[in-house]
Amino acid sequence: MAVERASPGLWMLAWRRLRRDRVGMTALVVVMCYLFVVFLALMGWVAQDWTREVGVNYAPPVFWAEDQDETAQRPAVDHAALTDPVPLYGLQDPLARELAAIRAEHPAADLAEAPRRLSLPLGGDKWGHDVWTKVIKGSETSILVGLVAALLATLLGTVMGAVAGYFGRWVDDGFNWLYGVFTAIPYLLLVFAIAAVLQQKGVVTLVLILGLTGWTGVFRLVRAEYLKHKTREYVLAAGAMGASHARRMFIHILPNTSHVILVQLSQNVVGFIKSEVILSFLGFGVPVDVVSWGSMLNEAQNELILGKWWQLAAAGLAMAILVTAFSMLTDALRDALDPKLKY
Amino acid sequence: MNLTAFLFRRLWQMIPTMLGVVLLVFLLFNWVGGDPAYVLAGKMANPDDIANIRHQLGVDRPLWEQLLIFVRQIVTGDFGNSWATREPVSEIFRTRLGPSLVLLLPMLLLETVVAVVVALTVAAMRGSVLDRTLMVTSTVVMSISLLVYIIVGQYVFASLLGWFPVKGWSDDLWRNLTTYAVLPVLLGLMVSIAPSVRLYRTFILDEISQDYVRTARAKGLSERRILLVHVLRNAAIPIVTNVLMGLPALLTGAFLLERFFAIPGIGREIIMAVERSDFPIIKAATVYVALATLLANLLGDLLYRALDPRVQFE
Repeated sequence: MAVERASPGLWMLAWRRLRRDRVGMTALVVVMCYLFVVFLALMGWVAQDWTREVGVNYAPPVFWAEDQDETAQRPAVDHAALTDPVPLYGLQDPLARELAAIRAEHPAADLAEAPRRLSLPLGGDKWGHDVWTKVIKGSETSILVGLVAALLATLLGTVMGAVAGYFGRWVDDGFNWLYGVFTAIPYLLLVFAIAAVLQQKGVVTLVLILGLTGWTGVFRLVRAEYLKHKTREYVLAAGAMGASHARRMFIHILPNTSHVILVQLSQNVVGFIKSEVILSFLGFGVPVDVVSWGSMLNEAQNELILGKWWQLAAAGLAMAILVTAFSMLTDALRDALDPKLKY
Repeated sequence: MNLTAFLFRRLWQMIPTMLGVVLLVFLLFNWVGGDPAYVLAGKMANPDDIANIRHQLGVDRPLWEQLLIFVRQIVTGDFGNSWATREPVSEIFRTRLGPSLVLLLPMLLLETVVAVVVALTVAAMRGSVLDRTLMVTSTVVMSISLLVYIIVGQYVFASLLGWFPVKGWSDDLWRNLTTYAVLPVLLGLMVSIAPSVRLYRTFILDEISQDYVRTARAKGLSERRILLVHVLRNAAIPIVTNVLMGLPALLTGAFLLERFFAIPGIGREIIMAVERSDFPIIKAATVYVALATLLANLLGDLLYRALDPRVQFE
């Protein structure tokens, strides 16, 4: 008895092609690892305590520190010993009253400092934060901003491109005009202008800035796809069967453009992560109490002059590896989804 | 369609786009941004000061009147004074353009020449180990942030080895070109060459698979001649257009390079303006760079036509 087998769909075929692409698979695994770490950090299971000052200031990395093992600790500072009474020569302490009031208000203020490590796995920063935890927390911020902004931009671009390409005529003209306006202003300049206007800094603001300016690439490609597809037989047939415009646009045509959208999404993530790093570096991005790769690079710039290279290396490498992997994954996705392309 | 009609139509089409840019910038700064008087008045402002500043800026007038003021500023090129330094905005752009160009023109020139040479070399050996290695290397090189290149480059080559000045600028063009601009240009090239090489490689590969190349081979021409004369000439069309599209970027300067190396160009000025909410400078830059971009696109189309007679104006 002949077994009827369903022919593999586009995504199955693409997945098989991707599986054979060794570079692409490696890139996929690397990206997945990063996303897993981001997930762990997001759930608060790792790197939650990055603000704890666990090491001495500028604690060197373990492998760099000279004959110091990882467990070496600086003894805790004894604050009782530090509050050595100053000789007052019989005068009354002018601050005694305030001091007594403060002591009374915070009786349990724990002045004793926890012992600090002399070296940390990847070193410490100016305040003795662990660079390793910081990199994980920074990755969470940078990747999340990139991902969410890319999702927002792709959603905007897809809906606008779909509407413009599908309805054509004056609707298309309108959206094309908007596209022309947004592409006439250089991307970074536009982002800077918006950052200058929005006074409050924050992760949400950053996502909005990147998402609302970055939709143009997706729009152009999706619009072209819809122009091509709207007169195809399957769409006309759906229309003849009484499918509404929205149904034809998003149930019938959208799956056929999804490969374009996915590649654009992937490309946007890389672009937005880079933009986030530049913005945060310049101080227009994440607020001071949030750590991202950009803010780490900003701190590292001054540390390098003192010869403390570890934070720069950690943030720079973490970013370079992810961006390389993501770019290669984008290329691999493009090859897998569109085998007709030559390159 | 003849050239004049084409030009006229394209210029006519630019008007709605330009109006859109003006409207976008206007809404951004005069509506979304809220009241700039509070920014200007500082932290210890009293209501009188604020009312006074609002009146001076014209933000106490209705929005449409403010829009008219903005349009007049654009047309006359008079954006008033910088809020931070009281220097006229036009003066700022005039004096900052030079350093930006001294930095960016050599960069553009070197980038184009090196990228074309490398792209030709790899395209001639496509599929070889060298080709694949270079393509992978370019992906890696592109992935490292320009920030990292600048921070490390400035530290290693300027602070540590002392081959270049750490930062600075002089009034002497030759001295700027040969001393101060060298390291920034080289670092800028690190990130800008790789994408160009990849793009130009695809342009050249597009041409190599054409029939005329086979004909040239059949005639017995050397590979070198085919590449340098036949292929390059055709691949030059998209390459030149690509370079031309990059020209408006000269006007915004190189934000990061200028900031790090203390080069008094437009990019550094814009970043400082963003830092201190100096709106007139940002507004002027956005509008004029947009205009330059539109003109460069038009110029690109014209050049396309000049280089490739097959292209028809539609």
